[in-house]
Amino acid sequence: MEVTLNHFLFVSGLLFAIGLAGVLVRRNVIVIFMCLELMLSAANLSLVAFSRYNVTPGGDADYNAQVFLFFIITVAAAEVAVGLAIIVALYRAKQTTDITQINSMKN
Amino acid sequence: MESQNLPWIILLLPLFCAASILLFTRRSGNISALIATGCSLISLLLGVALLRLPDGVHVAAFPWLNMGSNVVVEIGFQIDQLSRGMMLVVTAIGAAVHVFSLAYMKDDDGKARYFAGLSFFMFSMTGIVFANNFVMMFVFWELVGFSSYVLIGHWFEKDSAADAAKKAFLTNRIGDFGFMIGILLVWGLTKSIYFTAIATAVVDEQILNGVSNGLLMAMVLCVFCGAIGKSAQLPLHVWLPDAMEGPTPVSALIHAATMVAAGVYMLARIAFLIPMSAGAGEVIAWIGAITALMAALMALQQNDIKRILAYSTLSQLGYMVMAVGINAADAAMFHLFTHAFFKALLFLGSGAVIYACHHEQDIWKMGGLAKKMPITFVTFVIGTAALMGLPFVTSGFFSKEAILGAALHGHKALFVVAAFIVLLTAFYMTRLIVVVFLGEDRSEKAKKAKEVPVLMWVPLVLLAVPSVIAGYEFFYKGMALSPAFPHHEGPASIGLIVISAVLLIFGIGMAFWGYKGETSEPMAGNRLARVFGNKFYVDEAYTWLIKIFQDGLAGVANFVDKVVVDGLVARLPAAGALRLGDAMRRLQSGNLQSYGFLFALGAVLVIYLVVFK
Amino acid sequence: MLDLLFYIFATLSVVGALGVIVNKNPVTSAFSLIAAFIGLAALFIQLDAYLVGIIQILVYGGAVMVLFLFIIMLMDLPSEERRKFGWGPVAGGILLGCVFVVQLVRVLADYSAGSRVMQDLPVGAASDVEQIGKLMFTQYYFPVQVVGVLLLVATIGVVVLSKKELD
Repeated sequence: MEVTLNHFLFVSGLLFAIGLAGVLVRRNVIVIFMCLELMLSAANLSLVAFSRYNVTPGGDADYNAQVFLFFIITVAAAEVAVGLAIIVALYRAKQTTDITQINSMKN
Repeated sequence: MESQNLPWIILLLPLFCAASILLFTRRSGNISALIATGCSLISLLLGVALLRLPDGVHVAAFPWLNMGSNVVVEIGFQIDQLSRGMMLVVTAIGAAVHVFSLAYMKDDDGKARYFAGLSFFMFSMTGIVFANNFVMMFVFWELVGFSSYVLIGHWFEKDSAADAAKKAFLTNRIGDFGFMIGILLVWGLTKSIYFTAIATAVVDEQILNGVSNGLLMAMVLCVFCGAIGKSAQLPLHVWLPDAMEGPTPVSALIHAATMVAAGVYMLARIAFLIPMSAGAGEVIAWIGAITALMAALMALQQNDIKRILAYSTLSQLGYMVMAVGINAADAAMFHLFTHAFFKALLFLGSGAVIYACHHEQDIWKMGGLAKKMPITFVTFVIGTAALMGLPFVTSGFFSKEAILGAALHGHKALFVVAAFIVLLTAFYMTRLIVVVFLGEDRSEKAKKAKEVPVLMWVPLVLLAVPSVIAGYEFFYKGMALSPAFPHHEGPASIGLIVISAVLLIFGIGMAFWGYKGETSEPMAGNRLARVFGNKFYVDEAYTWLIKIFQDGLAGVANFVDKVVVDGLVARLPAAGALRLGDAMRRLQSGNLQSYGFLFALGAVLVIYLVVFK
Repeated sequence: MLDLLFYIFATLSVVGALGVIVNKNPVTSAFSLIAAFIGLAALFIQLDAYLVGIIQILVYGGAVMVLFLFIIMLMDLPSEERRKFGWGPVAGGILLGCVFVVQLVRVLADYSAGSRVMQDLPVGAASDVEQIGKLMFTQYYFPVQVVGVLLLVATIGVVVLSKKELD
């Protein structure tokens, strides 16, 4: 079966759904964070797929989407750095990375 | 000055006066009193100037409520015989009362409040008189009720005054409710709220033809309800005697001459509506007649000088209402016009007596005042003569004859009642004069009484003049009021004059014979007299009725409160809210994952709604 | 051939992703995630996005995952997860994931443009690196600067957050 746009979109969505399920299922903050990264990358996949399939009039790929993706990766990297720093700070304060134990938003 | 602006000035001057007293000169009673009195004198001049304004002159109206394209409620003016004459009464009596009050209320703590109340009343009353539509009239009708409330309760430290104010206000509320329904009925049936437009629609275009008589009767009687309340007709008359708790000048202005006459005035305004319904006039006439009769009977055995006059006012108002009922609205207005002068005179005279006797109101504690207060005595006698309708020399005679004549032509039974009232009136007024002014003084207070200051007797003298001449043709013709008043003095009325004169003399004679030289009520032991003295136990009956009604209502309310409100309305939602709050609190677990779950659920839902719906 | 590669790498990334959420040990999860990222990078390359694919491996598979592993090792808490197992979140997460997949399938079934087959890129066209570079430093010059500032801010923020006395 020839690979179509839908194939890529499906894989992208599937990865996103798995990431989402992971965020909801796992209790370890670090793993949840990994799942968030997975969801971001899954979204990237659909961007690249659209960029390749929606060609410009000249028949070339639409590289605007890939520039966009470049920004996403940069921001994601920054986010990972800050997020992990926060997790470390949280761990220092609470001695845990279990998200069910981190409920100081209550009360 | 543009004469078209005159009504506006007359209307707004007292309002301006009341506002400036309340805003600026509240601290100083004397300045407030002078401002108010000055304004009232200017009003009187303007009221006289108003007489020159022609009928139906166009006065710029202020569109007050704009309810869609075809319904605009205006603050508008209807200038005609009726409003001009009434305005003269209001401003003249108002001015006299203001001047009288300067002396009467000299040492009162609430002087500024009192004069602000008077000014506000003048404003409201002017509004009623000028109103060219029902809605405006109703608004000012309520304002009059309010100022009456304020003035009756002027000495609110006294429980009886506060209670009387409340009673007056609440009783009027009942009548006003009916009035409002009546206005809505008129509006619904004639598609207009403007008196002239209604008159055109009803009389010229016969718009009410084909409407069932029951509905028409309901309409007329509901409007009449307003008059029942304001003019204190049976069965809502109970507030007026109690309203005597207010300062006496207030009683003279509001509860004798003007406000209570507003009901009659309103009926005269819409007199063309009454014959539209067969039977409505009959009802009105009988209510008026019975009020007049019962009030006169009650007046026979009262011992408070002001209450006697109050019942006499009730009785005269009943007369006027009766006249309206038998389609003699012009006679009613004529009587209103003359009655206003002499009744205000009588009230101010009683005020002078009360003032001289240091706020003693019991007539049996007075006596022999004629020698000590000659001016008051003479003017009081003039007023009394006018009230009794002393033939040919007093104004009351002409107006009373007009009503009696109308009754004789219209309704024989009513004539009998009215004639009997002439007798009663003569009796109770003679009793009053004999007990108060003649004989020996019967108390220390009466012994020390002396003539009142000039500020008080001048208004008495000034009011005594129209009390005598207001009925003469030259007077009201000179005032350009004549078409509003009936032409009487037909040869047919000679018999009438004889009848009423005989009754009059009979009444006076009986009272003289009965009360001359008495020092206490000679009929005190009489059972019938006790019924009269206790006002036919109407108040007691109302108290009993209200108690029964209230107890029943309270029972129902208790049930409603316990079961419906507490149970269904309060507890159920409370429990629901509690449960909901519990659920919500569980939602707010502080657990990031449950928040994330809800967030994702929301996202999925949004996708569902956006894509699949 | 290309199709076969697509299925292989798609399977790799999906299995890797599942491994992330199934493994109890965070370190294993991290390695699974690296596998998923490699699969994704391969898919990018299959879409002729060479630069993005390489960046995916360098930044995600390299830098980010090293950071993750570093933190996991630093905290030393592989045992944390074993304490208890809540069925509620698991059921909810899986349910929502499934609902999402169902919705995805239905959307894609209706998406007619999605059945297009990949066309070859024109012969002699500039490479993707060149094109992206040109775009970034001409049309998207300002966003690039903004992202630079963002990285700077993130760096400073991380330093501040990581300081000992965080009160």
